[in-house]
Amino acid sequence: MSPEMLLVWPIALPMITAVLTLVLRRSPVGDTVSLVGAVALLAAGITLLMHVLEFGPISAQMGSWAAPFGITLFADILSAAMVVIAGIVAVAVVVYSRQDVSEGERAVGFHALSHALLVGVCGAFLTGDIFNLYVWFEVMLIASFGLLVIGGRRDQMDAAVKYVGLNLIATLAFLAGVGILYGAAGTLNMADLHLTLADRQNETAVLAAAAMLLFAFGAKAAMFPVFAWLPASYHTPAFATSALFAALLTKVGVYALLRVFTVVFDGSGAFLQPILLVGAVLTMVVGVLGAAAQNDVRRILSFHIISQIGYMVLGLALFTPLAIIGAIFYLFHHIIVKANLFFVAGVIRWKAGSEELDKIGGLLKASPLLAILFLIPALSLAGVPPLSGFWAKFIIVQASLEARDWWVAVAALAVGLITLFSMTKIWLAAFWKEHPDAEPAAMPVAPRSMIWPIATLAVMTVIIGIAAGPLYTTAEEAAVTLLDPLAYVEVVLGPEAVAEARASEAAELQLAEVAQ
Amino acid sequence: MELVLAGLVGFLVACGAYLMMSGQLIRFLFGLVLLSNAANLAIFAAGRLTYATPPFVVSGQIAPAAGAANALPQALILTAIVIGFGLLAFALALAFRAWQSLGTTEMDAMRACEPVDFAAGKTKEKTLDPSKSYERNRLEAAE
Amino acid sequence: MNSTILKTATRLLLPIFLIASILILWRGHNQPGGGFIGGLMAVIGVALYAIAASIDEARRRLRVDPLVLAGVGLACSVLGGLWGSAAGGAFLQGVWPFYEYVSGEGTKGWPIGSVLLFDTGVYLTVLGAVCAIIFALEEAVFAEREGSR
Repeated sequence: MSPEMLLVWPIALPMITAVLTLVLRRSPVGDTVSLVGAVALLAAGITLLMHVLEFGPISAQMGSWAAPFGITLFADILSAAMVVIAGIVAVAVVVYSRQDVSEGERAVGFHALSHALLVGVCGAFLTGDIFNLYVWFEVMLIASFGLLVIGGRRDQMDAAVKYVGLNLIATLAFLAGVGILYGAAGTLNMADLHLTLADRQNETAVLAAAAMLLFAFGAKAAMFPVFAWLPASYHTPAFATSALFAALLTKVGVYALLRVFTVVFDGSGAFLQPILLVGAVLTMVVGVLGAAAQNDVRRILSFHIISQIGYMVLGLALFTPLAIIGAIFYLFHHIIVKANLFFVAGVIRWKAGSEELDKIGGLLKASPLLAILFLIPALSLAGVPPLSGFWAKFIIVQASLEARDWWVAVAALAVGLITLFSMTKIWLAAFWKEHPDAEPAAMPVAPRSMIWPIATLAVMTVIIGIAAGPLYTTAEEAAVTLLDPLAYVEVVLGPEAVAEARASEAAELQLAEVAQ
Repeated sequence: MELVLAGLVGFLVACGAYLMMSGQLIRFLFGLVLLSNAANLAIFAAGRLTYATPPFVVSGQIAPAAGAANALPQALILTAIVIGFGLLAFALALAFRAWQSLGTTEMDAMRACEPVDFAAGKTKEKTLDPSKSYERNRLEAAE
Repeated sequence: MNSTILKTATRLLLPIFLIASILILWRGHNQPGGGFIGGLMAVIGVALYAIAASIDEARRRLRVDPLVLAGVGLACSVLGGLWGSAAGGAFLQGVWPFYEYVSGEGTKGWPIGSVLLFDTGVYLTVLGAVCAIIFALEEAVFAEREGSR
């Protein structure tokens, strides 16, 4: 099999699974097919990552239309690793959904929509063309619309209206941004865009396109002030769906920011960097304060997604190698921890009967194992050593100290503290205090299909924490490729294009010297 | 000609934004339609407006003749229209279902997913007295 | 709806729409047309039939669940893409096993291959998905009208 196909499988496999599960949506075989499809996606992701780690970034031209005219797929360590993590989440969600998602939701097509969502997510991770990125965003968006409403409950309809309305605005901004970019550069291939825009970063049209795309990706990533769709909707669907959304949707926004604002636009430019920096800090602070005001497990967790997104964008905003490493490490860690916390929220609901903090309790007595399984991701989220979140926060804070942005470091640390407060709030309400009505012994036993994904992800959190070294090295390598756009260009357009770009750069330098 | 189109895009965006801020779900959707048309027109204008022949390859040739229009913006707009069509069909269906189950299309009245006491920050925990048991506090809060 | 004129006209129009849709699909590779437009054309026919007869009748005459139709269409498109790579090219590359270019004589054989399979997939996907949306909407509106009576 040609290495080019490695790039296609992570998109084609979930597509095939979506078709099969759509046809089989009323049959019990559908669940198994869905699980097989998720495992296949994970396997495809791991194969791709192994290849990229061994041979370096790869690209493929769809239909053999040469770049920059055709659609390019591209994978470096970052995108391949994101596909692997999406695969891990997919397997966990499909297993978890066995008991969590109702028969009715499955008959409407829960599995098909989940895999369609994964098509969009993996496509967005692997594409090298900015209009294609827009298309994958739409695929992801339509699938997520479906997942939000398949329950048909009143609050789900309301949540979906807000989610759909606000996301469509972001989508249109994305489209308009792409249009302006095309008008300015005459190409949509990201590598070609890098070459075309290399010395035109401060042109009005380019900056306008950058602003539109920053708005669009920021809204997808739930950055301040365009995050309102997230806490309005994430607490309404099934828990498996919530976990899938929480793990992947916003992170695609962050990934798009990382990719586009290193390859196409210069994220460290004089106009963009202050916006990113202030936006990141406000996202962190507003998110965590919002969480502190909430009284419902999933709503608290939803606001924490926002605040954690702030850390990742902060990594991009600081734009030092260490900060980018931090952002990537944070991305890896956050997906696993966040999915896990939403899984735990599902078990809390299953056993204690509610998600509202004052209607639950007694879970420490009822299930000490669950208490431990909650504490691991919760403390990791807050950044308690030696769990994965500690290293993620540590790298970001270290990077902001090195950049001498003291106030940023202070904000990051303070946000960590308030996160700990929020997690303690859930801990006290759900586990420590007595349940208002029910006896701990009388609580229903949570099914194994819900506990296993939680336990597996918790073990991964601990392993990332204890053996942070290898993951750090991976994140470092990913950051190196991310910060060297010419390497990206070389993989997509070939070494001649890079040589040409370097030559014209040298010629310009000479001209400047002569002029002096 | 670009200037006229730019003005039109601006006008559409202004109308769309006005409709979207009216607080009515249906008007919000109409605003989205205007906005999506504005985005498509912006792409169209970005592809440069020239008098040109349609970008077809004559039989026997391998490339379109010189002076053919740029086909890419048209392809982009077509894709965007298709996607926008799908999204809008979904949004309309959703608006209908939301009206059915919520009984209103007023944005301000649609609070099923975020009830007002959450928004007002009325956390019941504040009334708790730590010296008493939780149930005791609950009973007192209920009274 | 109970209109004799519409019913009679639909009996004539439905085959025309379906045949036209397939023609448009067929000529789509080198001329204006293609799977998407063809699929929409077919949807017009089905939607007209659904209005003239009834949704249930249209569902019955369609025989397959429209969503399954869309799924099969998507599968066709993916297979059309994989065909290209299985034949040694890139994903989505066009393959025409019964078609060749002879220099001096022009083209020979049938232009049937992966591109047509891909386009047929698009045709079915559009037909299935749009029909599913229309049926679901019509049924919801119908139920609402019945409920308010």
